[in-house]
Amino acid sequence: MILSNLESKWAGFLDHDVTYSFLHSPTAIIAAIITVSFFILSFGAPFITSYTPFDPGSLDLMDGFIPPAWTSDGVAEHLLGTDGQGRDILAAIFYGTQVSLTVGLLSVVLSISIGIPLGIIAGYFGGITDTAIMRVADVQLTIPPILIALMIDGVARTVFTHSLHEVVAIPVLIVSIGIASWPQYARISRSGAMVERKKDYIAAAQLIQTPTYLILIRHIVPNVFGPTLIVATIGVAVAIIIEATLSFLGVGVPPTAPSLGTLIRIGNDFVFSGEWWITFFPAFTLVLLVLSVNLIGDWLRDTFNPKLR
Amino acid sequence: MISFTIKRLFQSVLVMLFVALLSFFLFNFVGDPISNMVGQETSHAEMDELRDRLGLNDPFIVKFGRFLGDAVQGKFGISYRLQRPVDELIVERMPATLELVFLSAVIATVLGVLGGLVTGLKPHSWFSKFILTGSLLGVSLPTFVIGILLIYIFAVTLNWLPSFGRGEVVDIGGWRTGFATVSGWKALILPAITLALYQMTLILRIIRSEMLEVLRTDFIKFARARGLKRWDINFGHALRNTLIPVITVTGLQVGSLIAFSIITETVFQWPGMGSLFIQGVQFADVPVMSAYLVLVALFFVTINLIVDLLYFVVDPRLRSDLKGGH
Amino acid sequence: MFNKIKHLALASSVLSAVVIGIASPVYAEKILRYTSVADASTLDPHALNAQTSIMVASQFFDGLVMRNPKMEKVPALAESWKSLDENTWEFKLRKGVTFHNGNIFNADDVVFTIERTKAATSQMKGYVNTIVDVKKIDDYTVHLITEKPNPVLLDQLINVFIMDKEWSEKHNVTVPQNFKEEEETYAVRHVNGTGAFSLELREPDVKTVFRRNEKWWGHAANKSNVDQVVWTPIKNAATRVAALLSGEVDLLTDMPVQDLERIKSHEKLQVMQTPQIRTIFYGLDVKSDELRSSNVKGKNPFKDVRVRKAIYHAINIKAIQKVVMRNMSVPAGMLIQPSVNGYNASVDENRLPYSVEKAKTLLSEAGYPKGFSVQLDCPNNRYQNDEAICQATVGMLAKIGIKIQLNAQPKTQHFPLITGRKSDFYLLGWGIPTLDSGFIFDYLVHSDGSWNGSGYGSSETDAKIEEIRGVVDPSKRNAIISEIWANVNADLPYVPLHHQVIAWGASKNLTIPIEPNNMPRFYWAQLK
Repeated sequence: MILSNLESKWAGFLDHDVTYSFLHSPTAIIAAIITVSFFILSFGAPFITSYTPFDPGSLDLMDGFIPPAWTSDGVAEHLLGTDGQGRDILAAIFYGTQVSLTVGLLSVVLSISIGIPLGIIAGYFGGITDTAIMRVADVQLTIPPILIALMIDGVARTVFTHSLHEVVAIPVLIVSIGIASWPQYARISRSGAMVERKKDYIAAAQLIQTPTYLILIRHIVPNVFGPTLIVATIGVAVAIIIEATLSFLGVGVPPTAPSLGTLIRIGNDFVFSGEWWITFFPAFTLVLLVLSVNLIGDWLRDTFNPKLR
Repeated sequence: MISFTIKRLFQSVLVMLFVALLSFFLFNFVGDPISNMVGQETSHAEMDELRDRLGLNDPFIVKFGRFLGDAVQGKFGISYRLQRPVDELIVERMPATLELVFLSAVIATVLGVLGGLVTGLKPHSWFSKFILTGSLLGVSLPTFVIGILLIYIFAVTLNWLPSFGRGEVVDIGGWRTGFATVSGWKALILPAITLALYQMTLILRIIRSEMLEVLRTDFIKFARARGLKRWDINFGHALRNTLIPVITVTGLQVGSLIAFSIITETVFQWPGMGSLFIQGVQFADVPVMSAYLVLVALFFVTINLIVDLLYFVVDPRLRSDLKGGH
Repeated sequence: MFNKIKHLALASSVLSAVVIGIASPVYAEKILRYTSVADASTLDPHALNAQTSIMVASQFFDGLVMRNPKMEKVPALAESWKSLDENTWEFKLRKGVTFHNGNIFNADDVVFTIERTKAATSQMKGYVNTIVDVKKIDDYTVHLITEKPNPVLLDQLINVFIMDKEWSEKHNVTVPQNFKEEEETYAVRHVNGTGAFSLELREPDVKTVFRRNEKWWGHAANKSNVDQVVWTPIKNAATRVAALLSGEVDLLTDMPVQDLERIKSHEKLQVMQTPQIRTIFYGLDVKSDELRSSNVKGKNPFKDVRVRKAIYHAINIKAIQKVVMRNMSVPAGMLIQPSVNGYNASVDENRLPYSVEKAKTLLSEAGYPKGFSVQLDCPNNRYQNDEAICQATVGMLAKIGIKIQLNAQPKTQHFPLITGRKSDFYLLGWGIPTLDSGFIFDYLVHSDGSWNGSGYGSSETDAKIEEIRGVVDPSKRNAIISEIWANVNADLPYVPLHHQVIAWGASKNLTIPIEPNNMPRFYWAQLK
């Protein structure tokens, strides 16, 4: 019921209703602005900052532990200070956010590309295919994604040697988180496909013997895609949190190319000694980023499911 | 009821077999157990002999059978890191995790249900809006950030509660409990809150939206039209109809709590299974990892089974695909 | 449902109140709560020559000789000793001493222990390698016969902890655990010594409880009022410091240097400091024909002394001292510290200067103008800021083109790489309990040394190292020691970094002497 509602709404995404709703939701506007800024600042980092925090050769240890610029010992060159290795915190946050966003987005893309096809196949064909796919999804859905991601990461750690691990760390993270969260997308697209399958125009297409793959691609996929994307927005926020958590636990991104989670882990050692900025700013950034993405997700869901407003 | 139970039970066994297979792959194909057992002076002939003696040259199905046999008895070999039998280690650490998860589940459920009801029944009050904003922050704050924050405020600045460990534990028939001492309870508070917060927000949000949906349904409108008391409508009718998602979510969240305890245990140096596992992952300690995988899967499967069976108790109308829709 | 939950919550809170009321314990006991970064890998006193293991063993066990707080040698399980001739020492054993399980201590246990320490799987062999024979004369007299005159025998015996023969035979632990092969034996988690404390509880990684041994012979001489010690290792530095700041522990070693000031300024806490007899350095594999992790194939760049010198020149030790160590270190040009016999100030105080240019030139001369890649193995829970030192080094070496893959892991994973000679490039720290260079030569410079992960050594230096084991005449002996050091300092199989300065944080209620070897001795602790 919710889903059919979502679809009809989605059909008119650029409908003035939505635009109107967006323009009249200050939270959504602010969240969108923040999120877009994060994208620009992180992926445009090489053009915005001259620091290269991921290149160990560019760091000077003597620049370590400089406090933020507005404090008495701060310097103007390092607005948010530096960490213990002389890394500019602001630049590290830009680049770290880039890692977080990359992992967050790509893992959701991976989840969707596994989840939607499987869900559509299950929903459209039904029967034994449906049962088989959805049982596997159910099984996986019972185990929290973070645990699955940890397991996959653990296996990768054993398979790749330490020296290789540094190179493959980020792809491994994407795959781990991506595989860990496909079932929810499979479920949504399955329900969508089941609803769509019964509609007259599909029957008509079947009647004129349109090849099944064409029916799936032309009719089912576009109708299923929308609702999935709404869920995927919140999925990105969840994936970013999982990445940060794994890195905080020390099994994610290595400290030589830190993500936000890695920065928080490193900075955590200096919380009591007065060097609060090493952990505070990355943590603040992380929360702000996740909060904005969640707000957008919430707004999307509420807009397309107005009953809950 | 019986046929349904049997069907679910059968599915649970299938799931466990699948997890066991996965765990077996982890154990046998990821790390060569031999290289972890012998020194560098050992000759190839000796290694082959050892391989034979350990049955590593047997056909796959024989090995898997033996692994299953051992796993059923709880035997997973020797931890590479701590050089002790894994089952012993896990049994030692289990009470710590279960007590933490139990308390968190209680906190998350009680506060989550309450908050969900308040925000669902009075969606436009400032209090509901306050709770909702707070809950969004709760979903956005990673568990480890909450943990660090709580330690900083309550352990270091205010000095009210301990920052690590379990306090005094009392051994009751092999079960080391922290529930029996003041220091045990004090040590439990911060980790339990940290662990509960995220799940609480989830439960709250789901109950709120369920309440909102139910309150809009015709039969509630009808009940109102009949002039039934508001209290009776809200709790007699509306809440009862939200029970199913509540049970599902709560049940699944208990599972998540076990998984998320990994993070909480790391931040608070809580000596449970989670910290054992995370160190296992960091050291590629395969026996620990596979044992944990099987054990946690067992927890999840059991919880799922209970949740499924509870459906029948709550709502006997349901017969077929019970999980759809939410 | 809602009502049920309400009842449940109510019931459990009532229940908990009752439980709390009943179980509030009243402790008359003096409990010392101690935390450090990592647990001991094993309780077997002969299996692992590592500081944490020796620290733990010294609480449970006694040697024949021990040191007092002034670091002087005093009798322990031996009441007196004298040398009968230049190779024979007679030890008169203390009578009436029992092990924790009640077994009587006598000469058989000494003979057994020396043999156990010499076993193939023992890592404490270096302390007894000059002893060729142990003779039981009567139940309380033992003769130790050395191969050659041994000037440091008594210093070595301090760390040879006496185990119970009957107990070891009963539990099938007559040889030490083979740490390299990672197998578990009974002595890994069980203890039966004669020492000041017995083992009450052992949960590896979690908690170890030491219980005062009221029957200990040494209580009169070593004043302590501690009844129980609870040792909880805390890996996370912030959590560890939080535990001290919030009063949950009384003593903290492995203090994160960045938190020193905060602890100093705390009204209820104190900081103790002393130079440590431990030097931190990098080891380089100078023996293998090809490095395991490098992109240079077919040859080993570390075999070329110019490459080793280049690495030395590239490390800005002053920056590490200032930023990473916060001045809790003294830059070193030598692998030993001033209080060790054989120390040479002119070498130690004159490190090769920090010069990126010089380093680059040396690398080019050696045939690596563009550098190469290699893995650096580093512990992350052993020395002060070990991982941060390695990270800083990654940056410094990147400036001369050496690309490092950093492999930072806990010491239980790191140490086997060195003792098993599986590392190309590693960080290690070495302390010298005997205060004599011979100790470091035996372990790190002799080509068969069990911690010589560099593979360095030649038959000439081996011969010299074996020779000084038997030279008593100090001037002759010291001349050979300087010759060996001259070789090591020229060949640089190890690139020295700094001598550690140690700091302990403690509650002001606690009095305990801080020791240069960084091992708290609970039998000297006084709690208010």
